[in-house]
Amino acid sequence: MEKLIISPAPHIHGGDSVSKNMTGVIIALVPALLASLYFFGMGALIVTVTAIVACVLFEYLIQRFLIKGEKTILDGSAALTGLLLAFNLPSNLPIWMILIGALVAIGVAKMSFGGLGNNPFNPALVGRVFLLISFPVEMTTWPVVEPFSMNYLDAATGATVLSLLNEGSSAIPSAKDMFLGNMPGSLGEVSALALLIGLVYMLIRKIITWHIPVSIFVTVIVFSGILYWVDPATYISPLVHLLTGGLMLGAIFMATDYVTSPMNPKGMWIYGVGIGVLTVVIRTWGAYPEGVSFAILIMNGFTPLINFYVKPKRFGEKVK
Amino acid sequence: MKTFRIGGVHPAENKFSAGKKIQQAEIPKMVAIPLAHYIGNPSEAIVKKGDLVKVGQMIGQANGFVSANVHASVSGKVNKIDVQLDASGYKRPAVFIDVDGDEWLETIDRSPVINRECNLTKEEIIKKVQDAGIVGLGGATFPAHVKLSPPPGKKAEVLIINAVECEPYLTCDHQLMLECGEEILVGVSILMKALGVEKAIIGIENNKPDAISHLKQLATTFKGITIEPLKVQYPQGGEKQLIDAVIRRQVPSGRIPVEVGAVVFNVGTTFAVYEAVQKNKPMFERVMTVTGKDAPNPSNYRVRLGTYLAHVVEQAGGVPEGTGKIIGGGPMMGRSLMNLNVPMAKGSAGVLYMRDEESIRKPVQNCIRCSKCVSVCPMGLEPYLLMAQSERNMWPEMEADRVMDCIECGSCSYTCPSNRPLLDYIRYGKATVGGIIRNRNAK
Repeated sequence: MEKLIISPAPHIHGGDSVSKNMTGVIIALVPALLASLYFFGMGALIVTVTAIVACVLFEYLIQRFLIKGEKTILDGSAALTGLLLAFNLPSNLPIWMILIGALVAIGVAKMSFGGLGNNPFNPALVGRVFLLISFPVEMTTWPVVEPFSMNYLDAATGATVLSLLNEGSSAIPSAKDMFLGNMPGSLGEVSALALLIGLVYMLIRKIITWHIPVSIFVTVIVFSGILYWVDPATYISPLVHLLTGGLMLGAIFMATDYVTSPMNPKGMWIYGVGIGVLTVVIRTWGAYPEGVSFAILIMNGFTPLINFYVKPKRFGEKVK
Repeated sequence: MKTFRIGGVHPAENKFSAGKKIQQAEIPKMVAIPLAHYIGNPSEAIVKKGDLVKVGQMIGQANGFVSANVHASVSGKVNKIDVQLDASGYKRPAVFIDVDGDEWLETIDRSPVINRECNLTKEEIIKKVQDAGIVGLGGATFPAHVKLSPPPGKKAEVLIINAVECEPYLTCDHQLMLECGEEILVGVSILMKALGVEKAIIGIENNKPDAISHLKQLATTFKGITIEPLKVQYPQGGEKQLIDAVIRRQVPSGRIPVEVGAVVFNVGTTFAVYEAVQKNKPMFERVMTVTGKDAPNPSNYRVRLGTYLAHVVEQAGGVPEGTGKIIGGGPMMGRSLMNLNVPMAKGSAGVLYMRDEESIRKPVQNCIRCSKCVSVCPMGLEPYLLMAQSERNMWPEMEADRVMDCIECGSCSYTCPSNRPLLDYIRYGKATVGGIIRNRNAK
């Protein structure tokens, strides 16, 4: 009572915190993690643990010895980057490649810009794309699904649905298998069901808003739907677009990254439509069978511009 | 259920003193009645040392149109006219009176009879409100007679009564509605007459169902008054937010409510208008809440102006152990007090104790650009951007991004997961930009 604290209003805080949001996203990723452990077994476990440990360790070492900054490894963002990086890798990737990916994600894409909040591009995606360009063969050789498999590097491999279609094959899994995740692919991207459960959780906890995932889904369905309607023999159906590759993972977890996405609903729609269009364009006419990562990174680059020009709806702007 | 359409938060309500009867606070031995107001010019003292005054006697004369008269809240002898540290944190002029008895001016009607008839003209009502020194009791303490005299060419269509009490903890308006509902409705009809409007809407958040049903029942005997229950959402008590919630019109940037046809009065002010017009009682006391999580006795008191807060707090059981901060007003917009030796002013709605651990802000982290501040801002601004601009002295950019629209509700700082002091920087920028605009207009 002798010493009262003086500070300006407001005097209460809602109790939200960076670590609550980060752990919230990690919890939302648990269903997809369980699905990947089921479909890919030991390989998924090794890749996930390696990526998380490597990302946290690299962030700690960089803060300790290079920038001597505030310790932020406990906020959960490095672990989240590791988890998302792992989700974007095949489950038979050698450990040394994962380490390189983690170093690029944390060191180059995040810490060199000043740590959490300052990175212009999604760190996990930068790590993944770096690996994809450096090791194109290893990054596109996917283990086939084998429930609770004990294989890691020696897992049997197969092609993803999108690369099959890209090569002109039409022997693709059933819609139900694609929805549940019973198909080759990056370890966290296969199960649309598990990822959608994560989306619902994040919406309920108000960690993200619906604008970005929904705008991406709508754009992909409309754009690919028009193409499919024009010529179903040449173009992939909207359903396959939606359920295969990294679209679900990208739209729900990668594009919604706080730091690299726009700050108001109007901007989020522009960003989401951009990602949807670019994804379909790359998948349909590009050299790569999959384009979600590139689409998100390109739109990350536009985010500051969107924030500069697109303002939220001001109070009293349009009197109804 | 209606509410405003942009942004908003919902802090824990913590209305511990809800339902506690309004008690008359003891009259202290000495009062220091502030002559300064939150807005407008300070009044000029018209008494001098040694003068004997009665309760209700005018002691400060309004200085200009946007200013209000000040009246003695006690009877006794003027001790001195001096500066006094008040709840604003500044030393400002006040009239110090040594109390002797409790002798009221004979003109004040002290009977408990509720007088519903008012045969005065519009001009007579406004004159009485002005003479009684009535200011808005919602926080900004804007003189009531100014609001009753819209600028030429502007016509009010509807009177909105702010009975929202959206600040957590505070219950003084709630309790006043329960105990003095009829007087308030008479006050509403008087204000309707003064403004020449046929319609009045009382906006009450639906966390006060007893007040809603009480007033609804009473309103059946009054013409043109409706009660509008509102969804609980902070800052619904903001004037522009309340108008949006109740009549779905948004006051444009830099304009005043009457330009969309609305005039807003706080429910406490409405009660004061009733007392001034029907009972000849000037504004010299108000209801305030004394509360806090550890408050020994959260309660509502009717307190004479100029009473030191320490005197009120003592009657409510004293300051609890482990109090780290004491706030004059509510937790979202109130001011933290240096000590309790500050006098009660017309705008003092409460005394709130915060625990030690609640008083200290958590460490600031990097902005993670989660955009939660943007989504809660009730004015549709970008707090993260305004803070960054303020840190870098980017005044023209801040003006272009509408810093002057900020109502300082604190929703952004309340929400920020990185505990960033958004409003601190925005307030600083707003003050600077406001100065730049005034200089530019003066040229």
